[in-house]
Parts: sequence; C-alpha cells; structure tokens
Amino acid sequence: MAFTFAAFCYMLALLLTAALIFFAIWHIIAFDELKTDYKNPIDQCNTLNPTIEKVKKIKRVKIAIKLVLPEYLIHFFFCVMFLCAAEWLTLVLNLPLLAYHVWRYTSRPVMSCPGLYDPTTIMNADILAYCQKEGWCKLAFYLLSFFYYLYGYTAFSAICLTLKIMQYLENIHTF
Amino acid sequence: MSASGFTNLDSSAGFNQNPTPNGGAAPPCQNGPLPTHPSMYPPAGYYGVPPPQQSYLSIPSHATSAPSKASIASSAHSQNYYQNNHQQQQQQTQLPQHQVALSPYSAPPPSQPYATLPSLAPPPSNAQFNQQAFQQQQALYTTSGPYYGQQSYRASPAQPRHHHHHHQQQQHHPSLVSSPAGIPVYPNVSYPSGPASSHYVPHTSSNTSTPGVMSTQMGAPLHQFSALPPASTAVQPGYGTGHQTAATVNGKGSTAAVQNNIHQHYDQNNQAPHNYNSYSGVTQSSGGADGDRPPSGTPSTSVHSSPSRHQGLQYGYVANSGASSASATTSGAAAAPSSSSTDDDEEEEDEDEEAGGDTSSSSTGSASPVPNNYDSLEGGSYPDSMPPSNNMTNQAPPFGSFGYHGMQTAYQHGPASRPDASPSHSVYSQPGYQQYSQPFPNLSQLSAALGGLSGVPELEMEALRPVNLLQERNLLPSRPLEAPEPNLSPDLKKVNCSPQTFRCTLTSIPQTQALLNKARLPLGLLLHPFRDLQQLPVITSNTIVRCRSCRTYINPFVTFLDQRRWKCNLCYRVNDVPDEFMYNPVTRSYGEPHKRPEVQNSTVEFIASSDYMLRPPQPAVYLFVLDVSHNALEAGYLKYFCESLLENLDKLPGDARTKVGFLTFDNTVHFYNLQEGLSQPQMLVVSDIDDVFIPSHDSLMVNLKESKELVKELLTSLPAMFSQSRETHSALGPALQAAFKLMSPTGGRVTLFQTQLPTLGAGKLQSREDPNQRSSTKGAQHLGPATDFYKKLALDCSGQQIGVDLFLLSSQYADLSSLACVSKYSAGSVFYYPSFHCIHNPAQLEKFQRDLDRYLTRKVGFEAVMRIRCTKGLSIHTFHGNFFVRSTDLLSLANVNPDSAFAVQMSIEDSLADSSLACFQAALLYTSSKGKRRIRVHTLCLPVVSQLSDVYAGADVQAITCLLANMAIDRSISSSLSDARDALVNAVVDFVSAYKSSVSNLQQSGVVVPAAMRLFPLYILALLKQKALRTGTSTRLDERIFAMCEFKTQPLPQLMRMLHPDLYRVDNMSDQGALHLNDTVVPQPHLLHLSAERLSRDGAFLMDCGNVFYLWISKCCNETFICDVLGCSSYASIPPNMSHIPELQTPLSERVRAFLDWLQDNRAFSSPIHIVKDDASAKATLFQHLVEDRSESASSYHEFLQHIQQQMSKGWHQERDWRKYLRFPGSSFPCEQQQTDHMGARSVCVFTADFYIYRA
Repeated sequence: MAFTFAAFCYMLALLLTAALIFFAIWHIIAFDELKTDYKNPIDQCNTLNPTIEKVKKIKRVKIAIKLVLPEYLIHFFFCVMFLCAAEWLTLVLNLPLLAYHVWRYTSRPVMSCPGLYDPTTIMNADILAYCQKEGWCKLAFYLLSFFYYLYGYTAFSAICLTLKIMQYLENIHTF
Repeated sequence: MSASGFTNLDSSAGFNQNPTPNGGAAPPCQNGPLPTHPSMYPPAGYYGVPPPQQSYLSIPSHATSAPSKASIASSAHSQNYYQNNHQQQQQQTQLPQHQVALSPYSAPPPSQPYATLPSLAPPPSNAQFNQQAFQQQQALYTTSGPYYGQQSYRASPAQPRHHHHHHQQQQHHPSLVSSPAGIPVYPNVSYPSGPASSHYVPHTSSNTSTPGVMSTQMGAPLHQFSALPPASTAVQPGYGTGHQTAATVNGKGSTAAVQNNIHQHYDQNNQAPHNYNSYSGVTQSSGGADGDRPPSGTPSTSVHSSPSRHQGLQYGYVANSGASSASATTSGAAAAPSSSSTDDDEEEEDEDEEAGGDTSSSSTGSASPVPNNYDSLEGGSYPDSMPPSNNMTNQAPPFGSFGYHGMQTAYQHGPASRPDASPSHSVYSQPGYQQYSQPFPNLSQLSAALGGLSGVPELEMEALRPVNLLQERNLLPSRPLEAPEPNLSPDLKKVNCSPQTFRCTLTSIPQTQALLNKARLPLGLLLHPFRDLQQLPVITSNTIVRCRSCRTYINPFVTFLDQRRWKCNLCYRVNDVPDEFMYNPVTRSYGEPHKRPEVQNSTVEFIASSDYMLRPPQPAVYLFVLDVSHNALEAGYLKYFCESLLENLDKLPGDARTKVGFLTFDNTVHFYNLQEGLSQPQMLVVSDIDDVFIPSHDSLMVNLKESKELVKELLTSLPAMFSQSRETHSALGPALQAAFKLMSPTGGRVTLFQTQLPTLGAGKLQSREDPNQRSSTKGAQHLGPATDFYKKLALDCSGQQIGVDLFLLSSQYADLSSLACVSKYSAGSVFYYPSFHCIHNPAQLEKFQRDLDRYLTRKVGFEAVMRIRCTKGLSIHTFHGNFFVRSTDLLSLANVNPDSAFAVQMSIEDSLADSSLACFQAALLYTSSKGKRRIRVHTLCLPVVSQLSDVYAGADVQAITCLLANMAIDRSISSSLSDARDALVNAVVDFVSAYKSSVSNLQQSGVVVPAAMRLFPLYILALLKQKALRTGTSTRLDERIFAMCEFKTQPLPQLMRMLHPDLYRVDNMSDQGALHLNDTVVPQPHLLHLSAERLSRDGAFLMDCGNVFYLWISKCCNETFICDVLGCSSYASIPPNMSHIPELQTPLSERVRAFLDWLQDNRAFSSPIHIVKDDASAKATLFQHLVEDRSESASSYHEFLQHIQQQMSKGWHQERDWRKYLRFPGSSFPCEQQQTDHMGARSVCVFTADFYIYRA
C-alpha cells in the first residue's frame, strides 16, 4: 500500500505547492508595494505577519493566520508527509528550504507576536532587497517543485495503474 | 480671551473629535465604562466619572458600574481631593452654564460669533490685526529676517557675540522680546513714512542691549491696509488707521539692533537673501525657543501694491468658497484683537490668527478631494485631481482675473517704490541684480559649464596632497575643521545649502557606483533639517510650485528653459511656471520667475495651504508623565522638574490653544484633573494597570491659558504630594498606554521621566546587565531591546502623531535599550542622567536643569513628515536617527525638534554621467507650535565627477566619520560590538589601500592618505574609544546605549566634539587672530592634539567635549592664572568639585570667559564646565578623552596606524568575512580578498604602564 500513500503525498504536495506559489507571488507583490510606496510598512507587516487579533467585544480570540507562518507550516507539513512516505529523494530536495525556514524564523527580530517582519527595519534597502530576492527564489523553487511533484504524481499514478492492470491481468490469467 | 476666535476656527473646520472639553462625544479611545455625556453637559468627572443623573454622594461611578476598574482613593491626598471634588461637583452641576461659557471650545452655535463680529472689530491701532489681515490675504513672499536661535559663526564670523548672548536670553525670556515691541517703544524708533522704508538706515539706539532682536516689518502692513478694498465691513475699522497702524507694526520689534544685525549679516555673507528684504513680505524671525515667530516685521518695500492683488485673490477665494468660510475668516481676524491684551501675547495671537486663516481656507478646500495620508500630502504622488494650478482656477474662477489684474497694478506700483531703498540697501542688492540681469540666466547651465570638472585647482591640489600619517605629526588645523566646499561655480556656491543643515560625505558625487566602490568611502547625507536658523525666507503663496512628476519643490538649481517653463533638477521633467509665480516680488515685475525667493534661496519655508493637511493643524499639546515611585523621590528630580516647568510655563512654545496635562505613576497611574474652575487640582487614581483607562476625557488635558493657575498649583504641590510614598514598583507600560490614550485624539508631545526599571504591568523588564561583563573585551550583550512592547507603542504613538521624549534618571540599570525604543520610533529624544541624585550628584543635577530649560523652551514641530528626494540615479539606502520610516524616502516624525539630526546612506543606482550636478532636497512638512502648517525645504547641490582623485578631493572627513559611526552602531546591534569595531578598522584599511592603489606613482611606504582625509584614522580611533563602541574599559550598558542614541541623533558639530574634543591651552592666550565681536575680544587659541604630551605641567587647558567643558589646571600652573581666573589663591586652594568660572574683572578672566561664552553660543544645550585638578581621581575623566594616547585597553594613535599598515601589507590571502566590514550601499567587495584579522581589543596587547607622559 505504500505506493498509493506516496502518490497521495505527491498529489497533496502538488496542491499545496500551488498554494505556496500563490503565497510567493503575494510576497513578491507585497514587497514591491512597499518599495513603490503603495503601502505603509505597518499595514504591510500586519498583513505579512500572522497576527492574533483580539476581538474585544466578544472577548474571543480570533487568530487571523497571515502569510508567513502558513507557508512555513505547509512546507513543513508535506516534508513530514514525504518522510512518512519514505520518499527520500524528495525529502532531501526539500530539506534545504526547511532548514532555511527554521533559520529564518529563529533569527527574526525581537517580536512579541509571531512573524518575521519588523515594520521599523523593513524599509531598510538591504532588508527590502533581501526579502524581494527571497520571494523570487522561493517562487522559482516552488515552481520547479510543482513540476517535480506533478511528475512524481503522474509517475506514481502510472506505476500504480500499470501495476493494477498487471495485477488485474494476472488475476484474469489465473482465472 | 480669544476663545471665540478659536471656537470659530474649530467649529468651522469641524476639527476635533472632542471640540468641547465639557462633554461632547467621548473620544474613540475611551476604554472604561464611561457614560457618554449629553453634549453640552459638563461631565464633572473629577472623581471617576459620575453620570449626571447619579447621586453625587455616591462613590464614583466606576466603582458601581465596573468594580474592577474603580478608581481608588489611595492616598490621603486623594481623600482631600475627594472632599473637594464633592463640593466642586455640586458647584459645577449647579452652574453648568457657567462652565460652558468659560470653555474655549464650548461650541456655541456657529452663527453666534459671526453675529458678534462687528462688535469685536479691532481697535484701529492694533498691530496684530494688521498682520493677521496681511496673512489672511495670503501675502506672498514672507521673507525672513534674522532667525535667531542657535547662531552659527560660520555664516557671520564677525557678528557681535553679545548679540548672540542676548538672543539666547531672548529665547528664554520672550517677555524681553515683547517689551521693546510694546507700545512704549513706538516713539523711540523712527519710521520712514515712505513705503520703501530704508531699513538699513542706522538707528541710534544701542544695539547690544536690545534683546528684542526681531525682524522688522516696515511698510508692508501699511500698504496692505491702504490697499485693502473696503469689502469686509468687519475689518473696516482698521483701514482708517492706515499709516499709523503700520508705524506701530514697525515699532514692534524693529529695533536698531535688528537693523544692524541684518545689515551686518548681509555685509558678511553678501548673499542673495538681502534682496528679499527689499521686497514684499513679512519678515519672519524664528527664535530657538519660540517656534515660529510671527511675521514681526519686514523691511519691505513692495507690498505696496501686491496686497491689492492678494486682496483680490482672497476675495475671489472667499466668495467662491461660500459664506461660512468668509465669515470664519473675518471673524478670525476680528475676534483675535480682543484677546491680545498683553504685549506678550501679541505674537502668539498673530500666529493664531494665521491659523484661523488656514483653517478657514481648509474649510474652503474641503470641497476638493482630501488626500488620505500625509504621504500623499507631502507628495509622494500627485494629489488626485488637484494640481496646484488647477486648484486656483477650479476653486476660484474670479481668482485668476483678479489676481492678474492685481499683478498688473503691482507691477506699476513697483518701480515707484523701488528707488526709495536706502543707499546701503541698493549697494547690497546691486550684485544680485546685475547677476541676473539677462533674461534667463540659467544657473544650472552656468554650473554645467563651471561646476564639476572646473573649480579651484589649488584647493583641490591641497586636498589631494598625499600625507604620510606615520611621518606627519601635526595634522590638526589650528581652528576646528570646517566642512569642505563643494567644487561648484561661485553662483551655485552662493545659493547652496548651509553645511550645518545639509552635508554630504562626498562633496563631489562619483558618477557611477563603480567609482564609488573604488573610492571605498560611504556616500551619505547628514541632515539637521529643523535647526534653529538665523535667517529663513518664509513664503506664503497660493501655489507652491513643484515638479509635476517627482513633486520636487522649485529650488535654486532648477533650469528655466524660458519664461513659462522650468526643468526639474531631480527628474529633468519640464514643467510650466504657474501664473502666480511669474510675478516677481523682487522687482515687483511680471515675468521674472527666476528671481523669486524660492529660486534664490536653498533653504526656504512655505506656509502650506490646506492641501497639506489631513486635519486642521493640531494645537501644541504637552503631556508630562512623571515617575513618582520611591526611587524617583529618592533621586529628587521631581522638585527640580516642577521648578523648571513653573519657570518656563509661559515659554512653552504654543498659542492660545496649547494644552497641557500631567500624569504620574508608581504602581498605579494618577491623573490630574485641572479643569478650569476648580479650586485646586484633583488627582484621579487608576489602579487597574492591566487594562488602564482614562477616568475623565476632557478635563485631563486642559488649556494651559485657562487653567494656568491650577497647573501652577499642581506644580508647586506635586513634589510634596508623594514625599511619603514607599511604593517601589514602577508601572511604566500602563502609564504610557494611558498617555497614548489621552493624547491620541490630538497628538502632541509626551515627556516621560523614568528613574528605574519598569517592574509592573505591560512592558515590564528584567535586569539584563551583568556587571562583570562591563569591561569585557568580548563586546557587550543585550544591545538590542528585550521586548517589542515599547517599539509597538512608539509606532502606535507615531501613527497618532504623538512623540515621546524620554528622560531617564536612573542610578541603576534601567534597560535603556528597550526603553529608548519608545522615543526612537516616535521621533522623540532621549536624555540620560546616570547616577542622578539631587544632592550627591550636583553635576548631573545642573546638567538636568540646563537640558530641561532648553527642552521646554525649544521649538517643536508637530505631525511632521520629511521626504528626501535626490537626483534621478541616486537612491536612498538607509536612514539613521529617530523616526519611523514610512516609505523608501519618507520619514514620519510625530514631533520634530531643532536638536535632532538625521543621517542617510545613499547608493548610486544609475550612472549620473549625463548630468554635471547632483541635487538633494529634504522637505519637512510640520505643524508649528502656533498651529500653522509649514514646509521647510532644503536643497543641496553637488558636482558630479568622474575621476577618483576628484572624489577624494571632495571627501568630507567629519561627515564620513559620522556616517560610519551610525553604520557601526547599527552593526553592533544587529551583529555584535566586536564586528562593528572590526568593520570600522577595516573601513580605514580599505580606504588607505584603495587610495594607495589608485595613486600608482606613490612611492612612499607607510599610511598615506590624501590631505582631505588625513584625520580619518584619528577620528576612527577616537570612535573606537567612545563609550558606545569601546571594549575593555568598564562601561555600563545603559551608558553605552545612550552614547549610541546620541550618535544617531546628534548633529554633526556636536558629534564631532564628543568624538574628538577640542583641546586648547588657555593660560597664555594671545590676541593674535582673535575675533573682535562687539567690544569683546574673543581669543582664538590653537587646537591641540588630544595627547598628554601636549599638556604641560605649567599650563591650563580647556577641553570642549560638546556636552561638557573641562578646564584642566596642572600642578605648576601659573599662579596668576589661578588667581585671576578661578579666584583662588593657589593651586591647593582650588576646591575639588569646582564647576563654574567666577566673574572676575581681571583681563585674563574676561578673556577666558569670552572664549567660553563664544564656544557656548554655538550649541543648543549649554554645557557645564568642570575644573579638573591634576590629581589622580579627577583626571581620569579628562584623560579618557585623550584619544591619541594609549589607554589600558586601547592602542595609541601611532600603534593604530602601524596596525593599519600591517593590515595593508599582510596581503589578501584570507577569506573576507563580510560581517567585519561595513557594507556601503550597492557595493560588492573588491575582487582582491582582504584578510579578516582585525585589531580592536582582541589583538592589541594590553598596556598598563605610563598612562601619559609629560612633555619635558
């Protein structure tokens, strides 16, 4: 049954990577907006950083998940899936990004809320350029991995299908 | 009182969510269970906020309605208050009408004040009124007279010192200013009756003793008035007085001293501005303390005619904008005089009225789309659908025709009045006119030919002379180093921005990034935009001419293609010259746009129209947040603060709308109800610090004028009030949150006094300092903030236009790195007094008092933004200073003060090859303390060069050092202190090697640098020995952080003195080269190297460290010096902690004091002097500043140079660690690899022996 789980992993990864590509594009646009003065850094950081918004009147904590953390979590999630599926090659391909995410999150500025971006430093040209570059690199990586997963998924499906057909044929044959 | 005027103002503009202190809708920040009051009903919220229907005998409503948030009467005082409250409440509720009537904001029906207008018409001789009207008519070209504040001697070296002295006094005692302006003075001054009042005619009165050195306004209002069409009936009474009125205006502040001063100024500078004195406009003089002085005088000749035009414009405008605004305008004008009861108030009123005018115009502008943020206001993008020119035509069709007509008249009138100028005036104006006599002299084109590659060869040669630092020992110039002059044509040089305001690290901009990389020097700007200026042209104009694509303000460096078009010098777009701009007030002629003040001065100030406002300009609002915990009382600052504030209460910059409030905190937060009408201030205690709320919304921030007695009473009783307090905790976070809530409807300035680590509530901090690590050579930990609470709060504050200034007076670690964030991001300032104690540490106490005096009275600008634009191809990389960066070139400054500076790192994105000039423009849009929106624009123009040698020749070593210091501080926080130190050393090594490789024929070995940069290694060494960056020497973490804060915010001259103090020998000062300032001889001793070998056993030396002077008396010092200057009989009898120089009548003493005073005059905060005797305990303080000597943990200058030489010769074999380099924007590392071995404390051996050596 292992191969079907792997195929499922690839299928899931495919869908999630599509989401990640969307996030990466969002990221690039967000920093472009910052650079071209369309947005206030505070607002922009609030959209980028996941924030916990207290809705005071109802005294209920609503967590508005924003860009960064979901991206990291999604990526972490399908890495774990691949680990379970024992897809070693795929896992190794994803490990650098995972490590980068861990490093990036541990070296974030001092903040009381989860998130990466500090509105007071984000406008520094170096940081801005770094973030933009990061966005493009990630976009490229996700695009490549999207096709990789697509290939993996189809390959697995094909293998799965052929195996099933063969099984079926064998069954027929034995009958 | 001017209440009605302001009421109008507010009501007409619909300003303020809380227009009536007595009720009205509660501000949105309301948090507690406050009842909303019926709008006109006084809330009587003295003790909690009882809803009106509640019984007054009951405990405050909070207690009943929301027990968790009850305000608790926690002290005996509040018990008393309770009693009082109670009575007060009853009184109050019995007299609600009274209360309403008293309140300035009590929002009478809008029609009321208008109805009363005629009766409020001004007395004919009211000078205020004239000026107001003048402003109301949007008079053009208000030109500045002397703008007294901190004066620069660079600009006018021979200016009498005594003047400065008096000006300084003037800052502190505005009453002195107004006294000569008062009525009695009028007869003393003679006024030319003609329109072209010859303001250069020498007056006979003494010019040294006149404190009222203000500018003069001559003629202008007179003609304003005579030219007024009698359209406004309310204003009419003023007309009758025509000339008389003008005379009184002239009298105001126009003393001989002014005139001489102006005269002198021009004499020396021979700058273009003198022209403006002859044309129309109001001369604005701004004092350091007083914010923008009103247009107190103009040496003006031309308004003669222009007012008719303005009048026309104004009327068109008003007519178009509807009746309400018209009535608002006139009522503003009419109401104010009734309130200007004292001389003192005159100037303020003046400004008020202008504000009224502004507001009324904002109401007219309300039809047009209002831009939704300051960003667009200041002009990142073009405000939608309202380009200024369209504005004119759209809003007021009659406007144009009227205006044009007016202009014609103006033109006709012009020449007639022109020859009336006094002879001296015409002499001075001559060169200017000649210069621009041809139709379109094109400054930029001229400069294109002259600037850049041409220039002054000798100077350049001198700057490029290779200097072998290991051989040449006397590097210091005899006088403190001046900024290098950019290599521009004389015309451009003359109009260029003062280096004190705007300075670039490279006065010759390299053409490409590659060239910049080759030079290995940082490119950046050092800005001091809100500096107290001597002279500032203020321009009131309907249209502020700006480039349509990049929104650059028109400046002296633009190119006029022909009469109707100008080319932007930053983006090169060709723009139209608006009609209004065609009128030239210099000659009162039409069609000379290139002679407008905007095009003649690189520093100008515009009075902004409502297009530049998001809301009506806020009043000056000050909130004082005071720590009253046991620790604070132990330190004893409260008494001195209260004394100082009491003394300066009348001098707080502001107008009749000024509001103040007080808030104290220990483990609870205490509010003070100062509502007018109370018999004594009432304290409200909020003990719920987890969710702090504002107990009463409208009586905590009160109008200073109305509640002055209560404020005074509070200040006198405050120190004693908490004397019994044993509460050691400090709930700083909640107090700041409360301050934020209190201030957020208006914005303003919060002044925070803190004496210990905050221990309660949000934002509490733990001690992070390990005393054993203080002298570690590894560097310091915890340079960054521990929590982002203060940063977030600061950002919130910044968003609501609240600036927080922090005074930290702690004897123990208080985590300044976290606390400072609250000021850092809200554009405040930080003051730190380590080991402050009012008895045990008199030196700190004195410093505190001096700083406080300056702080309370200095100018302040509210709700400010600053945008820095630069020529296409250049881009901004990083900002340094206290602010919040809103976008790539826009800084949001909740408050702007005249003592803070900014640094900007730049990079070159595109080649600048196609232009010969690079320009930078900083535009600061702010609301003055008088409630006027103003834009101060500075433009700097520099040549672009293509040769490396030119880049080196134009290098400004001081600016480079300061920029590197800023970068190093960023690095030490983001990476580590040792990385930052290595990076600084590597910056020197890089530069020296780059220079060596660029000069191929250089045969010398050793550390060779161009002469322009000869002090660079010395300054970097000094930087490494500063508290901020030193290692090995015991430095407390807070002191280190404070030093870092100072590096980020201090203006360059101050920073340089802190970095590399000026050392003079003062016991044998000769008169050689002395300055003769107004009967006083100011000797000019030579600068000495900061090395103990320059000290001698028999001398007295003065060290100027910027914020403190040390007078070092050596053991064998001349007895006569000790006797004559210090008044002590012998060396032994000098007291150990002497900190003043007695005023003795000996020539030597006079000379020393003259020199000291002269040094003091240049700086904002006066510095105390410490007499240091040559004994072990005292001299360590002095000797730590001798940066050229080796100390226990750092190398001497010679060793430093040898180290650099070693580094250079070591070769490039090791991998380059970029963390150990300051990366200049845009640069990648050169291909050759440099070694990473670094010096700093790590590789330098520890020297203990001979601490210093006496010479012979």
